[in-house]
Amino acid sequence: MTLNPREQILDAVRHHLPTEKVDYPAVPVFQKTISAMLPAFEARLKEAGATVHKPADLAAAQALLAQEHADAKVICSATPDLQGNRDIHKVVNPHELADVDVGVIRAGFGVAENGMVWLTQEDLVVNALGFLSQHLVILLKPTELVADMYDAYMRVHLEDTAYGCFMMGPSATADIGAVLVHGAQGARSLSVYLV
Amino acid sequence: MKVALFIPCYIDAIYPEAGIATYELLERFGLEVAYPLNQTCCGQPMANEGDQENSAAAERLFVENFSGYEYIIGPAGSCVKHVRHHLDAIPQTAAVTEVRTRTYELVEFLHDILQVEAFPWAYFRYKASLHNSCSAIRGLHIAQPSEHMAPYYNKSESLLKMVEGLELVPLDRPDECCGFGGTFCVTDEAVSARMGLDKVHDYERQRAEYVISPDMSCLMHQQGIARKAGIDMKFIHIAQVLNGGPF
Amino acid sequence: MAKQRVDVAGNAASFIDQDDIHEPVHDKNLWAARMKRDAAARAVPEWEDLRTIASLIKEHTLTHLDHYLEMFEANAIKRGAKVYWARDAAEHNQHVWEILSARNIDAIIKSKSMLQEECGMTAFLENRGISVTESDLGERIQQLDNQPPSHIVMPAIHKTPADIAGIFAKAIGTDPNNTDPHYLNEAMRADARKRFLKAGAGMTGANFAIAETGTFVVCTNEGNADIGASVPPVHIASIGIEKLLPKVSDLGVFIRLLSRSALGTLATQYTSHFSGPRKGGELHIIITDNGRSKRLGLDDFWHSLKCIRCGACMNTCPVYRRSGGLAYGATYSGPIGIILDPTFDESKYSELPYHSTLCGSCSEVCPVKIDISDQILKWRKVMAAKKYLPISRRLAFGAAGKVFEHPTLFHGAETAASAAMKVTPHFLLYNRGLNPWGRHRELPHFAKQTFREWYLQYKQTDKDQEPQQ
Repeated sequence: MTLNPREQILDAVRHHLPTEKVDYPAVPVFQKTISAMLPAFEARLKEAGATVHKPADLAAAQALLAQEHADAKVICSATPDLQGNRDIHKVVNPHELADVDVGVIRAGFGVAENGMVWLTQEDLVVNALGFLSQHLVILLKPTELVADMYDAYMRVHLEDTAYGCFMMGPSATADIGAVLVHGAQGARSLSVYLV
Repeated sequence: MKVALFIPCYIDAIYPEAGIATYELLERFGLEVAYPLNQTCCGQPMANEGDQENSAAAERLFVENFSGYEYIIGPAGSCVKHVRHHLDAIPQTAAVTEVRTRTYELVEFLHDILQVEAFPWAYFRYKASLHNSCSAIRGLHIAQPSEHMAPYYNKSESLLKMVEGLELVPLDRPDECCGFGGTFCVTDEAVSARMGLDKVHDYERQRAEYVISPDMSCLMHQQGIARKAGIDMKFIHIAQVLNGGPF
Repeated sequence: MAKQRVDVAGNAASFIDQDDIHEPVHDKNLWAARMKRDAAARAVPEWEDLRTIASLIKEHTLTHLDHYLEMFEANAIKRGAKVYWARDAAEHNQHVWEILSARNIDAIIKSKSMLQEECGMTAFLENRGISVTESDLGERIQQLDNQPPSHIVMPAIHKTPADIAGIFAKAIGTDPNNTDPHYLNEAMRADARKRFLKAGAGMTGANFAIAETGTFVVCTNEGNADIGASVPPVHIASIGIEKLLPKVSDLGVFIRLLSRSALGTLATQYTSHFSGPRKGGELHIIITDNGRSKRLGLDDFWHSLKCIRCGACMNTCPVYRRSGGLAYGATYSGPIGIILDPTFDESKYSELPYHSTLCGSCSEVCPVKIDISDQILKWRKVMAAKKYLPISRRLAFGAAGKVFEHPTLFHGAETAASAAMKVTPHFLLYNRGLNPWGRHRELPHFAKQTFREWYLQYKQTDKDQEPQQ
């Protein structure tokens, strides 16, 4: 009886497993190097090419959005906190987002170590909003920060969402002449509104 | 303490002054230095080719010549690294492992075993750069490799700092390989030569008058590159500096 | 057999000799990456501990790989992914083709995947009328120039902006004299956008696959993998069996190591986690072996399966920096390529293990502590034992071995300086016809008196043994 490829691969793996088994290592809790999370988060975000704003409240954030992106024709918001002019909940096909100038999303939390924000399929409503939009505005409560990647992975629940992304600033590439360029394929700019 | 001197073949024929300096330096520290006359080569050139068959004879002879000494000292990091880590073309008898663990590179012997604190006879009034070979750095831990995140140390540098008058100038790429690599320098001539030239230009940028190394094999290559490129620079073994000659 | 052997040294020489720009700039850019990596690593107090932990997690996973593969599969299926198994490149490509053809898809957009590269997938699909577009900028440049990537994370790093301006001018009509990376990037962004919207499927690889949740993780700086996964209705991911990690929390260790090692950045701009198909989409996962299970059985070489494809060993390798990645003539180049490529074809890649000075820097930068440098030496032993070495090299070492075996022969030949040339630096000069030592170097001056002669004249005492004559 011939085995199917799955069985054959698993058999081959079992047959070739190194005889000496290695135990899963003890992973210690490393001392935190970041004492003040918010300043660290802001500094890392800027290094990653993002901008940071601290509007006083949501109304101020709405005004800031209008001011920052005065030329934008299509603004699509995935969060009820800010209003755009394209209703994401009516989007059937991601292609409908191809003309979005500014996408607005509320992130679950940020990571002080590197300036990442955590966006899930639920935050994005339509995943493509995070990637087809020319510019992104990310809302984040300044209290929703974790220190580092160890803590970050304690907080994500991958079993609860089909898609989650740690985003660290705008799209970037250095593939031509090792020169850093923003806006390779994804967003050209990323602004975080701490509100 | 009776020690045996291991003089690699290219030092014997091309840089005998490095061997002489090593011999004299060890005598200055009161050691009884033997030089087994039947020594040839440790087997490294063949072993580095992966050629176990042809390195076995040289390795057997090496063990024969150097059995029974408290320490075996060689002024050459790459040869010592071979003996310590890769002399495995022959069966690993007790005699073989004994010789392998007792074989030391000169700098590590002076620094770790003798724990030398001064070279009162040595002075060297030049600006010089230090070249630790890759074998010595990553194979014998003579210095902290720049890519490994741990506290800095550099045994050759510590010894050279005891030499009066010597000004050590740091390099832009401190432990970048010079491209010698044994047979690599001829089988991969273009890359080897480019690496060597980049290395020599680094010394030149630091305005080094001398290049000092515990490994003459790297320097043989670098010196050849510098001469061909018309760069005036001198290359000497660390033993010559620590012993105060011969130059 | 000998005909198809990759002449890596010759290829590297051509890279150096082409002009005064490519090699120096390549070396400079990659050294800069290595320096950024050092700074990023130094800023993490537990860096060396992390390397050890990452190495052990990988070794644990690989020594229990069957268990974790089954766990990953079960969890991925539970979350709605369709899982396929491919023993080799042909099966992998066939799965892709069947998924596409069943849905009448004739255009795909793909992000970088070394596994798909390994499988020769693009050529396979193009031969069947499918249009394949690389979406990573560097990969796209290489695709338009009909070349494989020359570096794992910087595929076109061997090219100058002027080279790229020339390629884009022909392919998408940019100004051939405008070499500004911003201008070139903008032009490619506009071109790629149309292709993303036309594609019927997006293909990605995976950096990590998490057994406990059936999740796989893709890291990019451009966001191109995410567009490919979120815009077309079908997402196909190719995952090598060695990509497994047991737990989500392992990512805390590996994500911290990956980009710091690769480019000296704190992370990639996008670290994306796929656990099942997105809303309204399909997700197909092709778990692929292609020689990996066999490698797992090689005592000396299975640790190479720990590789997380960061490229740190390439950036630090002084030989790679002077050679350009294409010189290796293989999917994987640089130090990691030297130890992976022979597992695919020993004869073809038999020269690769010699394209190294064994300086050891690769082993020290490797975030999962693969003993790369030691494995290079072990591959040389394999090549020598299996007689893959060129005859000139074998004869030279046979002769040297004989001379070093016999003290009298050695010392007899060595005493006179002229004769010494025949023996001592024999290993340097054996290729007499070309005299490769002398092209860029002066020959060493032979001493008038060898050390041995000096010793016999001045130092030998009665208690020493007489030399055998």
